[in-house]
Amino acid sequence: MEQRIAVLVSAVFGVLLLGLFAYVAGAAGRSGTADEIAAGAARWRRTAFWGLVALFVPTIAFSLTRMPYSSAVQSAPPIVVDATGHQWSWKLSRDTVPAGELVEIRVTGADVNHGLGVYDANDRLITQTQAMPGYTNVMRHTFATPGTYRILCLEYCGLGHHTMTTQLIVTAAK
Amino acid sequence: MTTSETPDVRVRGVETTNAPPTSAPARGVIALYMGITAIVLALLMVFGLLMRASQAGVITIPPNRFYQILTAHGIGMVAISGFGSAGVMWYFLSRYVSLSRGILVANLVFFLTGVVLVLGGIFLGGFAAGWTFLFPLPAKSLGVWGPGAAASYLVGVLLVGVGFLLLFLDTGRAILSKYGSLGKALGWPHAFGTTTTDPPPPVVVASTVVTIINIPAIAVGAVILTMSVVNLFAPAFQVNALLAKNLIYFFGHVFINSAIYMAVIGVYEILPNFTGRPWKSSKPFLLAWSATMLMVLAVYPHHLFMDYANPTWANVMGQILSYTSGLPVLAVTAIATLANVYRSGMKWNIASSLLFVSIMGWSVGVIPAIVDGTIAINRVMHNTLWVPGHFHIYLLLGVVAMVFGFMYFLASSRGATDSALDRAAFWMFVVGGLAFSGVFLAAGAMSVPRRWAVHLAPWMALDRLGALFALVVVAGALVFVANFLRRARAISA
Repeated sequence: MEQRIAVLVSAVFGVLLLGLFAYVAGAAGRSGTADEIAAGAARWRRTAFWGLVALFVPTIAFSLTRMPYSSAVQSAPPIVVDATGHQWSWKLSRDTVPAGELVEIRVTGADVNHGLGVYDANDRLITQTQAMPGYTNVMRHTFATPGTYRILCLEYCGLGHHTMTTQLIVTAAK
Repeated sequence: MTTSETPDVRVRGVETTNAPPTSAPARGVIALYMGITAIVLALLMVFGLLMRASQAGVITIPPNRFYQILTAHGIGMVAISGFGSAGVMWYFLSRYVSLSRGILVANLVFFLTGVVLVLGGIFLGGFAAGWTFLFPLPAKSLGVWGPGAAASYLVGVLLVGVGFLLLFLDTGRAILSKYGSLGKALGWPHAFGTTTTDPPPPVVVASTVVTIINIPAIAVGAVILTMSVVNLFAPAFQVNALLAKNLIYFFGHVFINSAIYMAVIGVYEILPNFTGRPWKSSKPFLLAWSATMLMVLAVYPHHLFMDYANPTWANVMGQILSYTSGLPVLAVTAIATLANVYRSGMKWNIASSLLFVSIMGWSVGVIPAIVDGTIAINRVMHNTLWVPGHFHIYLLLGVVAMVFGFMYFLASSRGATDSALDRAAFWMFVVGGLAFSGVFLAAGAMSVPRRWAVHLAPWMALDRLGALFALVVVAGALVFVANFLRRARAISA
């Protein structure tokens, strides 16, 4: 979902901008009155400013309601997975969790920084957090679909970075 | 190289500014700066091509060598972007304020010394902790490299930073002695008051902003570099890993943004010579630069969104500023560029085309960057190939295009004309660059992680496409580099 939004927004605005620059480049050889064009640019600047304000304020406000951070006052759900990143392997306190239930994954790094990325059965990244030495990042997620999920390291951690993978089995909801 | 008998100002970009020209000795040093920039860019772009070809399975690079190349490509591109852009800034700023040529040379010496140490640490010592040298990875390689290699890299980066610090202290000194205060050099009396005197020219405004933001950035970078070096030899001296990340990303973010802000000075100074329309320090221009100056210092937490332990208020601030920090300068610059060029009667050459494209690249690249600067989206995009996707657009087609555009301007203002090969190289660079970056974005949307030496089979079809487009970009860039080096002697004369 988020990936699709990212691609769609980037493609639409990117193509619009490319088209605008191409149009102006094509019109560069013709002559025009500098003062009139400057006045037009000032109007464009005002329109762009207020357009971006109108676009950004609701986008920022809505997206901030979708932050992945857990509130400290929330009590821990019954299913907890402790995940520790080592050079170059993952150690999970359990490798099976049920679908449809909130799971708390407590992530830390034993030696250097790692990144715990959770990939679904279609190899799509669904959530992640960093695994830092000295800190425990608390990530909560409800797995909607049973299957074999993969955990990949998403923070460069040395020679074996790309070999640092493991599995998390999500079983059918009871 | 041919010399035009009847120079056409609009074609050759012959300078129409009233400011005195850059002095001949200084032009020689700047030509040296740009020559070094051209060679290093060529080398590092070939490194990039090799990495994509290896990920695609076309060639085989062992993981230890791959991560060394990755480290060299990353730190090298950050450093050379700053170095080449500083050359652009200095070339034009020296026309308005009295800069020290000795400091310019000192920066060159520090830079080259640092580069030798960095390359030695990487390719002789095996250091491969990534350009971000996240603490405590430099000290914990599991035997892949030793503390000596790590120290060589870290001290090398530190020396490069010292050179830049000297350079910005000198720009600050020169600006203050001419304008009396940083506020005046930023045009605040004109932005907020009713003074009727001429505002400072765009080059002074941009240089003042870069001076103000880069001095603390480099100082912070020096702190974490020094702490990392101490930790190598005294492991009991520990640094908080989250603090280290904050320091590194503050330094890195500000420094690389400053590269854009220095290089864009070339657009402000050169493009009007083609269009015949001067670039003015208008009120929106002055306000935009001051706004960006303040916001760019506080936006770096967007690199830490996935560090859940980082204070949430800082990450929220990072998201809000991701949407707003770069935009004032970018929007004002992009609209002014379009207005400057639109129906100006100009004729294109490689210099003006590259400078125009650079603003397009900067503008287009910021879109996926802002998207990724949204915490909810960053959750599934962070450290995927989406990230190099967006930064390659505004660095390759932004900063590097500005730097190459400046090189072609130096040549064309000395009478050089473009060949069919130059024009072919231009289209290879632009179209190849967009396609190459687009493949990164597509791979990021498919969740392919960044910084992986070995890719899984399902990712390799895109990798092959990426390698192919990388080859096109590199081939175009090598033509730019070869032509500049061929003309360098005439340019420095």
